[in-house]
Amino acid sequence: MMLVTAAHAQSASENGAPADTGTHTETGAGHGSEPHFPPFNAHYFPSQILWLAIVFALFYQFMAKTVVPRIGGILENRRDRIAQDLDEANRLKEETDEAIAAYEQELADARSKAHEISRQAHEKAKAEAEAEQAKVEEELSEKADAAEAEIERVKTEALGHVGSIAEETAAAIVEQLLGKAPSENEVATAVEAERMRQIEGA
Amino acid sequence: MEHSPTDPIHQFNIYHLIPIDIGGLDLSFTNASLFMAIAAIIGAGFLYMTTGSRGLVPTRMQSVSEMFYEFTADMLRESAGSGGMRFFPFVFSLFCFLLVGNLLGMFPYFFTITAQIVVTFTLAILVIGVVLVYGIRQHGIKFFKLFVPDGVPGPLLILVVPIEVLSFISRPISLSIRLFGNMLAGHITLKVFAGFVFSLGTLGALGVATAVLPLIMTVALTALELLVAALQAYVFAVLTCLYLNDALHPSH
Repeated sequence: MMLVTAAHAQSASENGAPADTGTHTETGAGHGSEPHFPPFNAHYFPSQILWLAIVFALFYQFMAKTVVPRIGGILENRRDRIAQDLDEANRLKEETDEAIAAYEQELADARSKAHEISRQAHEKAKAEAEAEQAKVEEELSEKADAAEAEIERVKTEALGHVGSIAEETAAAIVEQLLGKAPSENEVATAVEAERMRQIEGA
Repeated sequence: MEHSPTDPIHQFNIYHLIPIDIGGLDLSFTNASLFMAIAAIIGAGFLYMTTGSRGLVPTRMQSVSEMFYEFTADMLRESAGSGGMRFFPFVFSLFCFLLVGNLLGMFPYFFTITAQIVVTFTLAILVIGVVLVYGIRQHGIKFFKLFVPDGVPGPLLILVVPIEVLSFISRPISLSIRLFGNMLAGHITLKVFAGFVFSLGTLGALGVATAVLPLIMTVALTALELLVAALQAYVFAVLTCLYLNDALHPSH
């Protein structure tokens, strides 16, 4: 391009050095004095096309090689990350659900176990109480039997003594009435006779 | 040749910055070339600098770049399908280059590269060239089914095919003239109204008072032109996508 710059130097001066004088002399540069509507001035078409091609080609290269992959990568990354986070969230949710289910299962188990234990304790206590009761009842009935036997014994003994008591009493009454004690045989016979009479009369 | 300060055409003048002449062909580096370079540097520079940190959580500027990227990507995907994504760098480059070029033109004293018919036409030819080259390379002779719509009876084809061919040929013309015309007309109108402000302002007190009207107009037009600048870059890119769709799926 340096070479070109050197080459055009004289052509530029021939054309009246448009770059130096600035803004408007250039319309006449390639086309005499005919005034041109600048966008339709074909004199600049080659330069426009050339520089557009150069600039756009470089721009496209940069966009295609650097910018698009970079922004695409950022967006891709974000999408992946979001998807990953969602997966992670789902996984954690599942774990939580599992934990909750396990907890509830455990709770139910514990509850039924506690129920079982209390039931067993209840039954045991009941059985013990019943056994105790039976034992006490047995003891009591034994004592009652013993007492009854004692009463029976005492009663028979007492009844056994009734004859002699009546004889003594009758002898004492006769002695008081007659002043002399009857013989034991008489008394015993009389009492016996009386008792027989009473038993028969009853 | 003096030019008046209110000359609305003066802004489109091209002048040499580095004169280059090869075989009588003027290939000088001009103010137009300079602004092409500036547009490319600003466009690429912005996208490059703002995405430097590659943040997972984007900064404000990074999200602007990402927005442009996704906007263009969606546009291309909707028009040309996911197969069209191979042209994404091309469409994205076009869109960014034109957008920055159009917007740069909105600065006072700046040169509007897209108000030069040769620039827009070259880009339009580039688009159509890509469509043709890719279409023929990919589909061979089948690419020309583009000009033969399905379900049209034989005799009518004599009429329809030339119309289709003509419409294809007119694409680069309409594509380039649309952008060129919008930018040119907008800038001329803007300059004319701004010129009224200047002209009226030199006419004494009453003139200054009246100059308020074209001033308001100029402000309003500036807003409109900003919209047009963005819109025309978008339109160019959208049409590019649609034409690329033809290259990808010629039998429609």
